[in-house]
Amino acid sequence: MLNSLAAQAIFYVIAALTVGFAALVAFSRNIVYSAFALVGALMGVAGVYILLAADFVAMVQVLLYVGGIVVLTIFAVMLTQGIGDLAVSNRAVGPGAGLAVVALAGAVMLYATLRTPWHLATAVAVASTTYGIGNAFLGVYVLPFEIASLVLLAALVGAVTISRQDTPPPADGAAEKGRS
Amino acid sequence: MLLTWFPILVTLAVAALVVGGMVTINRLTGPRRPSKIKGEEFECGNPPTGQAWGRFSVHFYLTALLFVVFDVEVIFLYPWAVELRHLGMFGLVEALIFIGILTVGLVYAWQRGALDWN
Repeated sequence: MLNSLAAQAIFYVIAALTVGFAALVAFSRNIVYSAFALVGALMGVAGVYILLAADFVAMVQVLLYVGGIVVLTIFAVMLTQGIGDLAVSNRAVGPGAGLAVVALAGAVMLYATLRTPWHLATAVAVASTTYGIGNAFLGVYVLPFEIASLVLLAALVGAVTISRQDTPPPADGAAEKGRS
Repeated sequence: MLLTWFPILVTLAVAALVVGGMVTINRLTGPRRPSKIKGEEFECGNPPTGQAWGRFSVHFYLTALLFVVFDVEVIFLYPWAVELRHLGMFGLVEALIFIGILTVGLVYAWQRGALDWN
């Protein structure tokens, strides 16, 4: 898929954009800007997925990460105390230790990349992967598919239970005491 | 398959060029005479109160969590929707069971007052 020159050029543009936005997330002094730059980085990853002909994963990336996780992140940032203060917003803590971790992680990744015997596939015309996934979901993997809904149900009930612990059952109308 | 995504790439590139070009040309050629009134937050003509970055109520977060749960539901249903005709009745019943289980959760959240605003 990637052996045409145009695809390679597109890959490098997308990769540069992704790394640029990721750097913005890491280095921005203001955590709100970091949260919004995350959108760009995650969209860039979606672009890489599309280049790899993984269109369903790209869709999941856009719908769930860009549409869901980033919204949650921005809400979490907005719930933070002292969000307007630059001093507490996005401090650089322990640059020496951080640099060491980054160097170590980079070395491990480089080692793994260089040591892996990469299998070079011949370019084939790849169709959309969504059909196959749909058939697998409601064919061989129909039980995991249904269990996934139970997992989601558990997450939903858990979220409601944890966040509404303090609420009395709506029998009496004395609910307006200090909930904002 | 890459060619089917090419229009999206072109759209993104044109959008980036237009927006970036307008902002850049404006910055290069426009006059800048800042004043106190121009620097105020815009609040539809009213005098602004408080800060632009106020803290949200935690209730928004619960709503966002519920949104993410149903977002994941959409992702599971999307491959089924693409193969709807091929999967036929069996697929429809299985998807309805999937939706039904999550509807239980929605009813529970509703009953617990997670969707109420007070």
